[in-house]
Amino acid sequence: MQYIPNILFLIALVAGIGFFTINIRKVIRNIKLGHKVDASDHTGERWGNVFRIALGQSKMVVRPISGLLHIIVYLGFIIINIEVLEIIIDGIFGTHRIFSSLGGFYGFLIGSFEILALLVFVSVTIFWLRRNALKLQRFWKPEMKGWPKNDGNIILYFEMVLMGLFLLMNATDIPFQEMNNGNIVSKYIAGWFSNTPEATLHIIERSAWWLHILGILVFLNYLYFSKHLHIMLAFPNVYFGKVVPKGKFKNLESVTNEVKMMMDPNADPFAAPAEGAAEAPAKFGASDVMDLSRIQLLNAYTCTECGRCTDECPANNTGKKLSPRKIMMDTRDRLEEIGKNIDKNGEFKPDGKQLLDDYITREELWACTTCNACVEACPVSIDPLSIIMDMRQYLVMEQSAAPTELNVAMTNIENNGAPWPYNQMDRLNWKDEN
Amino acid sequence: MSEPIKVPTMAEYMAQGKQPEVLFWVGCAGSFDDRAKKITKAFVKLLHKAKIDFAVLGTEESCTGDPAKRAGNEFLFQMQAMTNIEVLNGYGIKKIVTACPHCFNTIGNEYPELGGKYEIMHHTQFLKTLLEEGRLKVEGGKFKGKKITFHDPCYLGRANNEYEAPRNLLEKLEGELVEMRRNKKHGMCCGAGGAQMFKEPEPGNKDVNVLRTEQAMEVSADIIATGCPFCMVMMTDGVKAKNAEDNVQVMDVAEMIANAEDL
Repeated sequence: MQYIPNILFLIALVAGIGFFTINIRKVIRNIKLGHKVDASDHTGERWGNVFRIALGQSKMVVRPISGLLHIIVYLGFIIINIEVLEIIIDGIFGTHRIFSSLGGFYGFLIGSFEILALLVFVSVTIFWLRRNALKLQRFWKPEMKGWPKNDGNIILYFEMVLMGLFLLMNATDIPFQEMNNGNIVSKYIAGWFSNTPEATLHIIERSAWWLHILGILVFLNYLYFSKHLHIMLAFPNVYFGKVVPKGKFKNLESVTNEVKMMMDPNADPFAAPAEGAAEAPAKFGASDVMDLSRIQLLNAYTCTECGRCTDECPANNTGKKLSPRKIMMDTRDRLEEIGKNIDKNGEFKPDGKQLLDDYITREELWACTTCNACVEACPVSIDPLSIIMDMRQYLVMEQSAAPTELNVAMTNIENNGAPWPYNQMDRLNWKDEN
Repeated sequence: MSEPIKVPTMAEYMAQGKQPEVLFWVGCAGSFDDRAKKITKAFVKLLHKAKIDFAVLGTEESCTGDPAKRAGNEFLFQMQAMTNIEVLNGYGIKKIVTACPHCFNTIGNEYPELGGKYEIMHHTQFLKTLLEEGRLKVEGGKFKGKKITFHDPCYLGRANNEYEAPRNLLEKLEGELVEMRRNKKHGMCCGAGGAQMFKEPEPGNKDVNVLRTEQAMEVSADIIATGCPFCMVMMTDGVKAKNAEDNVQVMDVAEMIANAEDL
């Protein structure tokens, strides 16, 4: 009977990690619905970005207040997780604070965890206030209604509770308090319980210990349903981020071949394509998530909806419907919908819906100035602009559905080499004018 | 009426069996837009002043395809690109300078894969080099006491990380350089990019160029300096919309340098 807690603990641990693994495999499967892209270039620069932007949080601190608070939570998350190792060993083997024999060093570790836990608690509380009391504009945009808004708050509650439980479990741990080694924050909380009987204290300590580790496992499994996936995906996402100048948009290779053939006077228009030649893609641009690249889909799962992109978007700043954050959220929502469709049917059964129109409207797509402000603003190297461009390409090349004025401009370019209706032969007239 | 300025073409150079030091890619706006033509002429005057051996393509130049590509028409873009590359390669062009950040970006970033590999410079970069090499001198003075703010063109700044060349030039003018709240990496678009120049904006509560002009007026700039013919149009319209033509001027950096030199 005495092993029941150990067995329960093992079951919870295996279930928690097991469910998480299943869901992460779904994320990977869904990302693989996108087409492959070659990202084997610029390896050094890519790793540099991971160290600087992801690990080093260099783009977070562009906004100093949220950047600093985020670094506290981020460091707290990583460092306090060392303690989870002890909790897991204790849980499995029924030991109590197995590492406490480390003596002074243990005190140093736990002391740092306690300070960080308090700092994280304070930071997360400020985050909550910024969202709900100060009501920072970027958290109150139309796309942040309902689940996205609740998700943001639930994450903060989770963190507050977990940090609180960690401090509470230390405060009510009588041997730990008696050891007086590393209880730098919890000793003050312990003071609140000076009149509590030992037996009650023990029950509180055990409950806090269990709730803390169960809370961590639940939180781990919450990630899949939440914007909070960024704590893992930010690293690969930054690695795969754009490493060429932001102004460089990709050239479609299939179009290049076509244009080359058109311009080659010796080309045989009726020739069969050469053996092994790249086939023309089934369609130009993107109308649904399967037309996007794996990197773009990874982008969508990585987005944590901070809204820095939308905050800097000139179209959004002037009241247009376009919000780069919504582009990413819509892409993920649609991808999830397709994932569920596959879960249910074994393969994707057409559902009469697509990313274009059912999620992202044309009005949003045409409002973009391609200024790259969203790309620059993203702290984890997401590129909403590339999705907008792919969808415009679909609209123009597959549907000829550009706004009329753009069609006029494009016809002009085609006919007289300028977006305006001026004769190409007049191109040098300026030199003789006054 | 002033003298027509001398603008040699590549065809003329070719006929004489000569190769210029640099090709000046004028661009559509620089060729046809009334306001942008003034920038083109100011830059040509500076080229003459610095005794640069340059030529233009003239009637052989055509749209780079930037607006087509950004509107989603990859096919038209590549048709334009390949045609231009054939002309440029035909003349054996090695070095290009342009006063349009869109042409600068497209030729520099998107042409190489299609067979067009050139050294390309934005005119502010080119002018900065001329100053550094001592081929061009700028007297300050004319802009003394003026508050100048530089509006970063997206396709020069964020797209290609060039923030300093235009600012270095402006510093030479001895005006007071002030930065808008949103500048350099975080500069705000004028509203023309991505082919927006050629269409009406989507419904909203304000035009992008008006908001950007307001940001320039917040720092009480006398002159909004820029380095893009499209930003020029947008910011000029923005100033008009704010009825501030008497207080705020919009000028290209090249025009300001030429102006300082009484060209």
